[in-house]
Amino acid sequence: MESLMPILASIFIGLGVISVLIGALGLIRLPDVYSRIHAAGIIDTAGVAFFILGMICLSGWSLVTVKLILIGIFLFFTSPISGHAIARVAHLKGIAPHGRDLTATATKTSNTKKKTAKKKAAKKKTTKTIATKTKGRAS
Amino acid sequence: MMLVGGMIGLAVAIMMALVRVALGPTAFDRVLAVNSIGTLIILGIALHGFLMGRPEFIDISVLYAILNFIGTFAVLKLFSTGSLGDR
Repeated sequence: MESLMPILASIFIGLGVISVLIGALGLIRLPDVYSRIHAAGIIDTAGVAFFILGMICLSGWSLVTVKLILIGIFLFFTSPISGHAIARVAHLKGIAPHGRDLTATATKTSNTKKKTAKKKAAKKKTTKTIATKTKGRAS
Repeated sequence: MMLVGGMIGLAVAIMMALVRVALGPTAFDRVLAVNSIGTLIILGIALHGFLMGRPEFIDISVLYAILNFIGTFAVLKLFSTGSLGDR
Protein backbone atom coordinates (compact mmCIF):
# COMPACT_ATOMS: atom_id res chain seq x y z
CA MET A 1 0.00 0.00 0.00
CA GLU A 2 2.77 2.41 0.88
CA SER A 3 4.74 1.56 -2.23
CA LEU A 4 1.67 1.82 -4.43
CA MET A 5 1.06 5.52 -3.86
CA PRO A 6 4.19 6.96 -5.58
CA ILE A 7 3.52 4.77 -8.62
CA LEU A 8 -0.07 5.99 -8.75
CA ALA A 9 1.13 9.58 -8.30
CA SER A 10 3.60 9.29 -11.18
CA ILE A 11 0.89 7.81 -13.41
CA PHE A 12 -1.48 10.69 -12.61
CA ILE A 13 1.20 13.37 -13.07
CA GLY A 14 2.20 11.79 -16.40
CA LEU A 15 -1.41 11.90 -17.58
CA GLY A 16 -1.59 15.51 -16.39
CA VAL A 17 1.51 16.45 -18.38
CA ILE A 18 0.04 14.79 -21.49
CA SER A 19 -3.29 16.61 -21.21
CA VAL A 20 -1.65 19.95 -20.43
CA LEU A 21 0.57 19.60 -23.50
CA ILE A 22 -2.45 18.69 -25.64
CA GLY A 23 -4.26 21.78 -24.39
CA ALA A 24 -1.28 24.05 -25.05
CA LEU A 25 -0.86 22.59 -28.55
CA GLY A 26 -4.54 23.29 -29.24
CA LEU A 27 -4.06 26.82 -27.93
CA ILE A 28 -1.46 27.34 -30.63
CA ARG A 29 -2.99 25.41 -33.52
CA LEU A 30 -6.74 26.15 -33.44
CA PRO A 31 -8.01 28.87 -35.76
CA ASP A 32 -10.01 31.39 -33.70
CA VAL A 33 -10.91 32.49 -30.16
CA TYR A 34 -14.03 30.37 -29.78
CA SER A 35 -12.22 27.14 -30.58
CA ARG A 36 -9.19 28.07 -28.50
CA ILE A 37 -11.49 28.24 -25.48
CA HIS A 38 -11.98 24.47 -25.89
CA ALA A 39 -8.22 23.94 -25.70
CA ALA A 40 -8.01 26.09 -22.58
CA GLY A 41 -10.83 23.97 -21.18
CA ILE A 42 -8.70 20.85 -21.55
CA ILE A 43 -5.97 22.51 -19.48
CA ASP A 44 -8.48 23.69 -16.86
CA THR A 45 -10.30 20.39 -16.40
CA ALA A 46 -8.19 17.37 -17.33
CA GLY A 47 -4.78 18.86 -16.57
CA VAL A 48 -5.78 20.32 -13.20
CA ALA A 49 -7.69 17.20 -12.17
CA PHE A 50 -4.84 14.80 -12.99
CA PHE A 51 -2.17 16.98 -11.38
CA ILE A 52 -4.22 17.42 -8.21
CA LEU A 53 -4.98 13.69 -8.02
CA GLY A 54 -1.27 12.99 -8.35
CA MET A 55 -0.38 15.44 -5.60
CA ILE A 56 -3.13 14.03 -3.37
CA CYS A 57 -1.53 10.61 -3.83
CA LEU A 58 1.81 12.11 -2.77
CA SER A 59 0.52 13.79 0.38
CA GLY A 60 -1.25 11.50 2.78
CA TRP A 61 -4.24 12.59 4.79
CA SER A 62 -3.38 16.06 6.03
CA LEU A 63 -4.36 19.69 5.72
CA VAL A 64 -2.50 19.86 2.39
CA THR A 65 -4.96 17.37 0.91
CA VAL A 66 -7.88 19.56 1.96
CA LYS A 67 -6.25 22.60 0.34
CA LEU A 68 -5.57 20.67 -2.85
CA ILE A 69 -9.22 19.61 -3.04
CA LEU A 70 -10.16 23.25 -2.41
CA ILE A 71 -8.02 24.38 -5.37
CA GLY A 72 -9.60 21.67 -7.53
CA ILE A 73 -13.14 22.70 -6.64
CA PHE A 74 -12.36 26.40 -7.15
CA LEU A 75 -10.81 25.89 -10.58
CA PHE A 76 -13.62 23.48 -11.51
CA PHE A 77 -16.18 26.21 -10.93
CA THR A 78 -14.32 29.33 -12.10
CA SER A 79 -12.71 28.19 -15.35
CA PRO A 80 -16.02 27.60 -17.22
CA ILE A 81 -17.22 30.99 -15.97
CA SER A 82 -14.16 32.79 -17.31
CA GLY A 83 -14.35 30.89 -20.61
CA HIS A 84 -17.98 31.85 -20.99
CA ALA A 85 -17.17 35.49 -20.20
CA ILE A 86 -14.35 35.56 -22.78
CA ALA A 87 -16.64 34.10 -25.45
CA ARG A 88 -19.45 36.50 -24.59
CA VAL A 89 -17.31 39.64 -24.63
CA ALA A 90 -15.63 38.52 -27.87
CA HIS A 91 -19.04 38.02 -29.47
CA LEU A 92 -20.26 41.39 -28.21
CA LYS A 93 -17.20 43.04 -29.68
CA GLY A 94 -17.97 41.49 -33.08
CA ILE A 95 -15.17 38.94 -33.40
CA ALA A 96 -16.29 36.64 -36.22
CA PRO A 97 -15.95 32.86 -35.79
CA HIS A 98 -13.72 31.00 -38.20
CA GLY A 99 -15.52 30.57 -41.53
CA ARG A 100 -18.36 32.94 -40.67
CA ASP A 101 -18.78 36.51 -41.74
CA LEU A 102 -20.63 38.59 -39.19
CA THR A 103 -20.40 41.71 -41.32
CA ALA A 104 -22.76 40.08 -43.86
CA THR A 105 -21.29 41.76 -46.90
CA ALA A 106 -22.76 41.02 -50.30
CA THR A 107 -19.60 39.60 -51.83
CA LYS A 108 -18.85 36.24 -50.29
CA THR A 109 -15.11 35.96 -49.91
CA SER A 110 -13.83 32.55 -49.00
CA ASN A 111 -10.42 33.90 -48.13
CA THR A 112 -10.12 34.51 -44.42
CA LYS A 113 -7.32 37.00 -44.78
CA LYS A 114 -9.60 39.27 -46.74
CA LYS A 115 -12.18 39.02 -43.97
CA THR A 116 -9.74 40.00 -41.27
CA ALA A 117 -8.49 42.85 -43.40
CA LYS A 118 -12.08 43.94 -43.88
CA LYS A 119 -12.74 43.77 -40.17
CA LYS A 120 -9.68 45.82 -39.44
CA ALA A 121 -10.83 48.36 -41.99
CA ALA A 122 -14.27 48.37 -40.40
CA LYS A 123 -12.77 48.97 -37.00
CA LYS A 124 -10.77 51.89 -38.25
CA LYS A 125 -13.98 53.26 -39.79
CA THR A 126 -12.34 54.04 -43.09
CA THR A 127 -15.33 52.48 -44.81
CA LYS A 128 -18.42 53.78 -43.14
CA THR A 129 -20.95 51.30 -44.47
CA ILE A 130 -19.24 48.22 -43.11
CA ALA A 131 -18.69 49.98 -39.81
CA THR A 132 -22.34 50.74 -39.38
CA LYS A 133 -23.27 47.20 -40.38
CA THR A 134 -20.92 45.68 -37.83
CA LYS A 135 -22.19 48.05 -35.19
CA GLY A 136 -25.78 47.11 -35.82
CA ARG A 137 -24.88 43.45 -35.87
CA ALA A 138 -22.78 43.57 -32.72
CA SER A 139 -25.38 45.39 -30.68
CA MET B 1 11.89 12.31 -10.74
CA MET B 2 8.21 12.46 -11.65
CA LEU B 3 7.94 15.88 -10.00
CA VAL B 4 10.80 17.17 -12.16
CA GLY B 5 9.06 15.69 -15.21
CA GLY B 6 5.83 17.43 -14.24
CA MET B 7 7.63 20.75 -13.83
CA ILE B 8 9.28 20.36 -17.25
CA GLY B 9 5.90 19.57 -18.85
CA LEU B 10 4.32 22.61 -17.22
CA ALA B 11 7.21 24.81 -18.40
CA VAL B 12 6.84 23.59 -21.99
CA ALA B 13 3.08 24.23 -21.85
CA ILE B 14 3.67 27.74 -20.48
CA MET B 15 6.09 28.43 -23.34
CA MET B 16 3.50 27.25 -25.88
CA ALA B 17 0.87 29.49 -24.32
CA LEU B 18 3.34 32.40 -24.42
CA VAL B 19 3.60 31.90 -28.19
CA ARG B 20 -0.15 32.46 -28.38
CA VAL B 21 0.15 35.56 -26.19
CA ALA B 22 2.82 36.93 -28.54
CA LEU B 23 0.99 36.34 -31.83
CA GLY B 24 -2.68 36.29 -30.87
CA PRO B 25 -4.58 38.38 -33.41
CA THR B 26 -7.16 39.79 -30.99
CA ALA B 27 -6.93 40.81 -27.36
CA PHE B 28 -9.25 37.98 -26.33
CA ASP B 29 -6.71 35.39 -27.48
CA ARG B 30 -4.19 37.05 -25.20
CA VAL B 31 -6.61 37.12 -22.26
CA LEU B 32 -7.40 33.43 -22.78
CA ALA B 33 -3.74 32.46 -23.02
CA VAL B 34 -2.85 34.50 -19.93
CA ASN B 35 -5.68 32.76 -18.05
CA SER B 36 -4.28 29.39 -19.08
CA ILE B 37 -0.78 30.48 -18.04
CA GLY B 38 -2.21 31.42 -14.63
CA THR B 39 -3.75 27.96 -14.24
CA LEU B 40 -0.43 26.32 -15.19
CA ILE B 41 1.42 28.56 -12.72
CA ILE B 42 -1.00 27.46 -9.96
CA LEU B 43 -0.13 23.83 -10.66
CA GLY B 44 3.55 24.72 -10.88
CA ILE B 45 3.59 26.43 -7.46
CA ALA B 46 1.88 23.43 -5.82
CA LEU B 47 4.23 20.99 -7.54
CA HIS B 48 7.24 23.11 -6.53
CA GLY B 49 6.14 22.80 -2.92
CA PHE B 50 6.16 19.03 -3.19
CA LEU B 51 9.48 19.11 -5.04
CA MET B 52 11.16 21.15 -2.31
CA GLY B 53 9.61 19.10 0.47
CA ARG B 54 7.54 22.01 1.80
CA PRO B 55 3.88 21.51 0.82
CA GLU B 56 2.90 24.74 2.60
CA PHE B 57 3.40 26.46 -0.75
CA ILE B 58 -0.15 25.32 -1.49
CA ASP B 59 -1.45 28.45 0.34
CA ILE B 60 0.19 30.69 -2.26
CA SER B 61 -1.43 28.51 -4.90
CA VAL B 62 -4.93 29.05 -3.44
CA LEU B 63 -4.31 32.81 -3.38
CA TYR B 64 -3.09 32.82 -6.96
CA ALA B 65 -6.19 30.93 -8.14
CA ILE B 66 -8.44 33.66 -6.74
CA LEU B 67 -6.25 36.44 -8.19
CA ASN B 68 -6.26 34.79 -11.62
CA PHE B 69 -10.06 34.63 -11.73
CA ILE B 70 -10.54 38.22 -10.56
CA GLY B 71 -7.86 39.53 -12.92
CA THR B 72 -9.46 37.89 -15.95
CA PHE B 73 -12.82 39.35 -15.06
CA ALA B 74 -11.38 42.82 -14.49
CA VAL B 75 -9.72 42.83 -17.90
CA LEU B 76 -12.88 41.56 -19.60
CA LYS B 77 -15.03 44.18 -17.89
CA LEU B 78 -12.60 46.88 -18.97
CA PHE B 79 -12.85 45.60 -22.56
CA SER B 80 -16.62 45.32 -22.65
CA THR B 81 -17.75 48.48 -20.87
CA GLY B 82 -14.70 50.71 -21.16
CA SER B 83 -14.46 51.33 -17.43
CA LEU B 84 -14.12 49.34 -14.25
CA GLY B 85 -17.43 50.52 -12.81
CA ASP B 86 -16.32 53.87 -11.42
CA ARG B 87 -18.15 55.87 -14.10
